[in-house]
Amino acid sequence: MRPGRRLGTSRRRERCRRPASARALPQSREGRRLSQFVQYLFYGITVGSIYAAVAIGFNLIYCTTGVVNFAQGEFVILGGMTAVTFSRYLPLPVAIAAAVVVVMGCGAGLDMAVFRRLRNPSILRMVVITIGLSIVIREAALHIWDEKARALPYFTGNETTSVQVFGAGVSPQVFWVLGVVFVMVAALHAFLKFTTVGTAMRACASDVQAAMLAGINVANMRTFVFALSAGIGALAGCVISPIAMTQYDGGASLAIKGFAAAVLGGLGNHTAAAAAGILIGLAEGFSGYLLPAAYKDAVAFAILILVLFLRPRGLFGSREVGSQREF
Amino acid sequence: MLVIRNLRTGYGNLEAVRGVTLHVEAGEVVALLGANGAGKSSLMKAIVGLLPPWGGEVRLSGRAITGEAPWHMISHGVVLVPEGRHILGDMSVAENLLVGGYHNPDRQLAIGEVFERFPILKSRARQPAGTLSGGEQQMLAIGRALAARPKLLLLDEPLLGLAPLIVRDVLRVVRDLRDHGVTVFMVEQNAMATLGVADRAYVLETGEIILEGRSEDLVRNPEVRRAYLGKGYKEVWE
Ligand SMILES: Nc1ncnc2c1ncn2[C@@H]1O[C@H](COP(=O)(O)OP(=O)(O)OP(=O)(O)O)[C@@H](O)[C@H]1O
Ligand SMILES: [Mg+2]
Repeated sequence: MRPGRRLGTSRRRERCRRPASARALPQSREGRRLSQFVQYLFYGITVGSIYAAVAIGFNLIYCTTGVVNFAQGEFVILGGMTAVTFSRYLPLPVAIAAAVVVVMGCGAGLDMAVFRRLRNPSILRMVVITIGLSIVIREAALHIWDEKARALPYFTGNETTSVQVFGAGVSPQVFWVLGVVFVMVAALHAFLKFTTVGTAMRACASDVQAAMLAGINVANMRTFVFALSAGIGALAGCVISPIAMTQYDGGASLAIKGFAAAVLGGLGNHTAAAAAGILIGLAEGFSGYLLPAAYKDAVAFAILILVLFLRPRGLFGSREVGSQREF
Repeated sequence: MLVIRNLRTGYGNLEAVRGVTLHVEAGEVVALLGANGAGKSSLMKAIVGLLPPWGGEVRLSGRAITGEAPWHMISHGVVLVPEGRHILGDMSVAENLLVGGYHNPDRQLAIGEVFERFPILKSRARQPAGTLSGGEQQMLAIGRALAARPKLLLLDEPLLGLAPLIVRDVLRVVRDLRDHGVTVFMVEQNAMATLGVADRAYVLETGEIILEGRSEDLVRNPEVRRAYLGKGYKEVWE
């Protein structure tokens, strides 16, 4: 009998009975379904954590400076591209560190060259400016590199190395991505919560005037936030590069998905934004069950539109924050 | 300590402060009275650099600080408690004070003193500041300014919306600060209460100083009494 979707219960029982050594052997149909499920799961969490990194960067900039930065995805691409170039001359960890620093400089430069000069711009003006900037960065990337997709080498092993998880082969790079993004989120949380500078940063986000009167140099803090946010994007771009390849024009779709995650999480809440990013990644991954792969990108947009219609303050956003911060 | 000469500022085409000249000596409590829209808050904002000055001069202990960025004021020892309190609502009371003392290397000591002065803040230290009552928020706003150990404290309507008992507490704090060598320049609508603690006062009308003098003299001035002290003043004060 062919195991259909209805046979969920018996399938589960059979999985339990199968000895561990059987995983490597030719699998039954159920085994393949399970391993396919695990594949989708890991795919979803992996791309989702990149969306999470973009969403957090987006959130940080929006909360502290009020800038809706649609160029956030470009930081990811720039990070990956720069690291690939540096890795030709430098050992991998050094190349990545250098790329992150360079992109942080780009973020800071962007603020000093553009946003510092704007006084109380409207949201619409800002969206137009940042989309314009993202196009400029993309074209610059096309000039500096070319239209070819590039990848960093795998951090551990190579493209054929895999770790068996429930019969599915998962690249060790996936664990690098998850680990690095998790550490970034945790470190950011600790920084904001437990350091004086982090507290000052939250003060800028909460009430600029109060922050200024307390002696916080708000202009420099903004530049710092742009740099920090760019650095988060760039590091995410480096860890994902071996599996997802980096191409000059990947930024725009990352920005939209990161934005969707930030809105879904309720603007202002970094942990929620990270969770929402992973949720969107999972939705995208599992959409593979139902939809042709070409529709993958539509999933994030559908979620974004639904959230904007039904719950503009986001899934986890509080009513108070939402009333100030909805779009 | 603070000398303002011919200061002008405003918004767009509107000139809210039209050539104000005044001075506050070290150790004084000076009040700035005036009706709604007289330009009191605009003047305060121009002093600390929240509003760009259009002309004139602000000097602090002889040094021109006209138009410097607001975040430099703390290093000159000037702190403004702004109109509307500007509490960091989503941060805890303790974090608000920490932000207030951001530039003060002795902030832990200063925060301890704030807690002594306002014990209610100590018992609410972990609470989000946005959930404090209005009066408690006002105390936090003042406490946050004190965490920076200012030499010159600017207060913009610190008595707004406070119950009479709390008004007395805040005025006691002002007096006490003066006794500890802090100079206070305060904007108030509550002229009666304010003239009770202030050494001198200025009266601002449509952006210009129309009266100045010692508090005792202003209290007796018929014009001030009519305009700012109200009918009930006589019974309460005398
Ligand atoms: N942000 C602003 N933009 C434009 N005009 C403003 C702004 N803030 C204040 N004004 C105008 O400037 C003038 C002075 O305002 P200001 O706030 O200084 O008055 P005030 O004396 O503090 O009044 P109140 O006692 O009501 O606080 C008013 O006419 C007001 O309408
Ligand atoms: Mg005012």
